[in-house]
Amino acid sequence: MFDFSEISKWLHGLLTGVMPEWAAILTESVLVALAIITLYAVFAIVLIYMERKVCAFFQCRLGPMRVGPWGTLQVFSDVFKMLTKEIINLRKTDMFLHNLAPFLVVMASMVTFACLPWNKGAQIIDFNIGVFFFLAVSGIGVVGILLAGWSSNNKYSLIGAMRSGAQIISYELSIGMTMLTMICLTGTMSFSEICEQQSVEGWNIFRGHIPAVLAFIIYLVAGNAECNRGPFDLPESESELTAGYHTEYSGMHFGYYYLAEYLNLFICAGMASTIFLGGWAPLHIAGLDGFNGVMDLIPGAVWFLVKTFFVVFLLMWLRWTFPRLRIDQILSLEWKYLVPITMLNLILMALVVVYGLHF
Amino acid sequence: MENKENIQPGGATTKPVAGAAAKPAARPAAAAAPTGPAENELTPKVLQPNEVYAFVREQYDNGYLFLENLTGMDWGEEGLGVIYQIENPETGKKLCFQTATTDRQDPVLASLVDFYDIANIYEREVYDFFGIRFVGHPDMRRIYLREDWIGFPMRKDDETEKFNPLRMDNEPLTDETVGLRPVDEARKTLDYTTQKNPIFTPEDYVVNIGPQHPSTHGVLHFRVSLEGERICKIDPVLGYIHRGVEKLNEQLTYPQTLALTDRLDYLGAMQNRHATCMVIEKAMQVEVSDRVKVIRTIMDELQRIDSHILFFSCLCQDLGATTAFLYGFRDREKILDIFEETCGGRLILNYNTIGGVMADIHPNFQKRVSEFIPYMRKNIKEYYDIFVNNVIFRNRAIGVGVLTKEDCISYGCTGGTGRAAGWHNDVRKRMPYAAYDRVQFNEVLHSEGDSYARTLVRLEEIMESLNIIEQLIDNIPEGNYQEKMKPIIKVPAGVYYSAVEGSRGEFGALLVSKGDKSPYRLHYRSTGLPLVAVMDHACRGNMIADLITIGGTLDYVVPDIDR
Repeated sequence: MFDFSEISKWLHGLLTGVMPEWAAILTESVLVALAIITLYAVFAIVLIYMERKVCAFFQCRLGPMRVGPWGTLQVFSDVFKMLTKEIINLRKTDMFLHNLAPFLVVMASMVTFACLPWNKGAQIIDFNIGVFFFLAVSGIGVVGILLAGWSSNNKYSLIGAMRSGAQIISYELSIGMTMLTMICLTGTMSFSEICEQQSVEGWNIFRGHIPAVLAFIIYLVAGNAECNRGPFDLPESESELTAGYHTEYSGMHFGYYYLAEYLNLFICAGMASTIFLGGWAPLHIAGLDGFNGVMDLIPGAVWFLVKTFFVVFLLMWLRWTFPRLRIDQILSLEWKYLVPITMLNLILMALVVVYGLHF
Repeated sequence: MENKENIQPGGATTKPVAGAAAKPAARPAAAAAPTGPAENELTPKVLQPNEVYAFVREQYDNGYLFLENLTGMDWGEEGLGVIYQIENPETGKKLCFQTATTDRQDPVLASLVDFYDIANIYEREVYDFFGIRFVGHPDMRRIYLREDWIGFPMRKDDETEKFNPLRMDNEPLTDETVGLRPVDEARKTLDYTTQKNPIFTPEDYVVNIGPQHPSTHGVLHFRVSLEGERICKIDPVLGYIHRGVEKLNEQLTYPQTLALTDRLDYLGAMQNRHATCMVIEKAMQVEVSDRVKVIRTIMDELQRIDSHILFFSCLCQDLGATTAFLYGFRDREKILDIFEETCGGRLILNYNTIGGVMADIHPNFQKRVSEFIPYMRKNIKEYYDIFVNNVIFRNRAIGVGVLTKEDCISYGCTGGTGRAAGWHNDVRKRMPYAAYDRVQFNEVLHSEGDSYARTLVRLEEIMESLNIIEQLIDNIPEGNYQEKMKPIIKVPAGVYYSAVEGSRGEFGALLVSKGDKSPYRLHYRSTGLPLVAVMDHACRGNMIADLITIGGTLDYVVPDIDR
C-alpha cells in the first residue's frame, strides 16, 4: 500500500540538501499550512455544494442549476459574494470580543481538521495522545460561540449562545466517552496507530461488534449535536432565534461561522471513519485474498474520503428528515439516556477486551 | 329594533330619489323584500349602558358562553355604541343586543371581560377606533394604531388626516397601561376610577418576537417576557399592516368592498368573499342558483385544503423539518393551478360576486379536481410518515399549549383550534349554508386540545374536504353562474350577519345598512384575532420553542387580524 511518508521524506531530504535543517522544517511547515488551508477551503465548497444538492433531492427539487453545469459554480459565486460584503460593526457591541469570536471558532475547526489521518503516513498532527488533543482543541470552538453571543449585545444571540454552550458541553461528554470506548479496544490514542491497527486487524466497528456499533451510533448522534446541525440545530434555529449566536455577524465574519459549521461536519464524519470505519484502511475480508489485493490498489486517501462522505451523507439525511428538538429534550436526551448508555457501553467494551471476545 | 324601524323610512325615502325612471323593471325584485325579514337579519335588543352588565351576567348563567362578535358602532345622533352577538355553544341559540351612549367626549360602557376573555381584545379594538372606554377593563390601550395617534378614526366625524401626519419618529411602546376599575361592585352604574397596571416591570427580560420574525407568519409582534427559556408573559402588539379595510368599506359601493375581502385572510380568500357576498345577497333576499351554491362549496373546500396544507408546511418549517415543508408545497401547487384556470388568480382569487361568481368554471375544472382527490389522499400519508408520526414532533407537540374547551369558548377560538378541544363549532354544521346541507361529512373532533390534536384536526379535515368535493364534483347542477343584479346595489336598511366556516374558524360579516349604495358599517369577525389573543394564555410557562409550536398550530394569519 502506498505510504505518503516516502514523499515527505524525499521532500525533507531535498530541502535539507539546499538549506539548513531549521529552515527546511520551517519551509515544510509553511507548505503544510498552505496545503491544509487550501484543503479546508476546497472541502467547505464541496460540502456546501453537496448539502445543497442532497437537500434538494430529498425535497423533490433540483437545487442550484444555473451557475455552471449542474450549478457547480454556484458555491464559488456565493463565496465571492461573501468576500465582498461589508463587515458591519454595531454600536454597543464589545468590539474586541465580537471580532475575536469567529477566529476562535474557525481556529478550533482548522486545528481539529489537521488531526485527520488522510493516508498512510499523511498526517499533520500526530502524537501519542492524539485523541486527547483532538477533544481539547475542539472544545475551543464553544468559547468562540459563547463570546459571539455575549459580545453581540443581542438577546437572540445570547439565548442562542447559552443553548449552544449547554448543548456542546453536554455532548462532548458522550463524544469523549465513545472515543474512550474505542481506545479501550485499540489500546492507543494515536490516530496513525489506530488506523495502522485497523488496516491489519480489520475495522474497529467489526472488531468490537456490539459495543462498537453502539458507540458508533451514539457518536453519530453526539457528533451531530456537536456540529449544531439539525435536528440539534437549535442554537441557530432560524424560526425561533433568527440566526442564534451569529445573528449580528456579516460579511466574512459570518462566513467563518458558515465555514466552520460545514468543516465541523466533515471533521465529525472524518473522526467517525477514522475511529470506527478504519480511516484509510481498505476493506479486507478474511480469506478472500484476491479481493483484498484489489482493495489494496485503491489509495488510502480515497478510502478515507469515501468513508467520510458516506458519514456526511448520513448526517445530511438526518438533518433533512427530522424536525428540531427543544432545548430541554436535547439535554435530557444526553444526560438521561446517552451518558448512562455510553458508561455501560464502556464497561461492556472493557469486558469484551479483557475476555478477548473481540475479533 | 326601534332603531331599525326609525331608519327604514329614511331608507325608503332615498329609493325614489336614486331610482330614476329607467328602473321600473328591476323594481319587482326589490318589492319582494317586504314579504318577510331577511333570513340573516339581526334584531338587536336595545339596552341602556348600565343594564348591559346585569343582562350579560344573566345570559351567561343561561349558558351563553361564547361571545361570537363585538362590533363598535357610531350611529351619529344616537351615539356611540356596540353590537354584541352571544351564543349558547350547547344549544346553538344566538342572542344579539346593542347599547349606545350619547356622550361623545368620554363615552363609557361596561366591559364584558369578566365573562368573556376575548372581550379584552375586542374592546381594545373598539376603544382604538371609536374611543369608547370600558369600565372593568384592565388594559385600555390602543391595539392597532400607534400610541401617539390622535382621534378615533372610525367615528364618522373624525378628522384623521388633520391631526395625524406621517410620523417619522419611532413608535412608542409603553410598559404601563390604564385600567378602569368600577366603583360600584354590583355594576349598577358606570362610575370608575382609573388605575395604572404594569405590563412589564424593568426587571423583566423582554424579547421581541417580531414584527420581522420567521415564525410569526406575517408582520406580528409579540413582546415576550422570559425567565431563562420559560415564557412568563406575552403582550401582542398588532396593527403593523392594518389597512383600515372596515373604514374603507364605508366609502365603497358593495361590489367594491368585495375586492378587499380577499386581502384579509389570504388563505381563506374564497370563504371571506363568500361570507361577504352571502350577507349582501341574503339581506337583499336574492336567491343564487344551485349551480353557484355548489361551485362556491367546492371552491371553499379547495381553499380549505390549500390553507391546511400550508398550515402543515409552515408548521414543519417552524419546527425545522424543511423537507416536509416542501412536500406540502408540492401538493398545494396543484390546487393553485386549479384556481388559476378558473379564477385567473392563485392567491387573490376575486371569484365570488354578489349574486353568483365572476365566471363559469373552466372546462378542465371537473377533470382536474377529480384527479386531485386521489392524488391528495395518497400524498397525505407522506405527511404522517415524515412528520406527524415522527417521535420528535410528537414529543414537541403532545401536551404542549393545551387549550381546554372552556378556554376555546371563552377566547372565541373557533375552527380547528376549538374542534381540537372538543367544541362543536363548525359553521357548516351549525348554520348550513351554500350546499353543505346536501353533503355527508364529519365534523372532525378531538378532545386533547394540545398542539398535536390541532395538527391532526387540520390533516383530517383535508380528508373530509376531499369527501365533500368528491360528492359534488360530478354533479354540479346546471344553471346561471350569475344572477342578474341591478347596476347599483343597495341593501335595505338593517343589521345583517352571515358567517361561513373559514379556513381557521368562523368568518362572519356584519353589515349595518342604511339603504345606501355603500355600507354604513361592514365589520368582519376575524378568525385570527381570537387565536392571537389566546397566545398569552396558551404559552405561559412553556418554553420559547413551544411558542413557535403553539403559534404554528393555532394557525393565525396576520392580515386577517390587522384588517
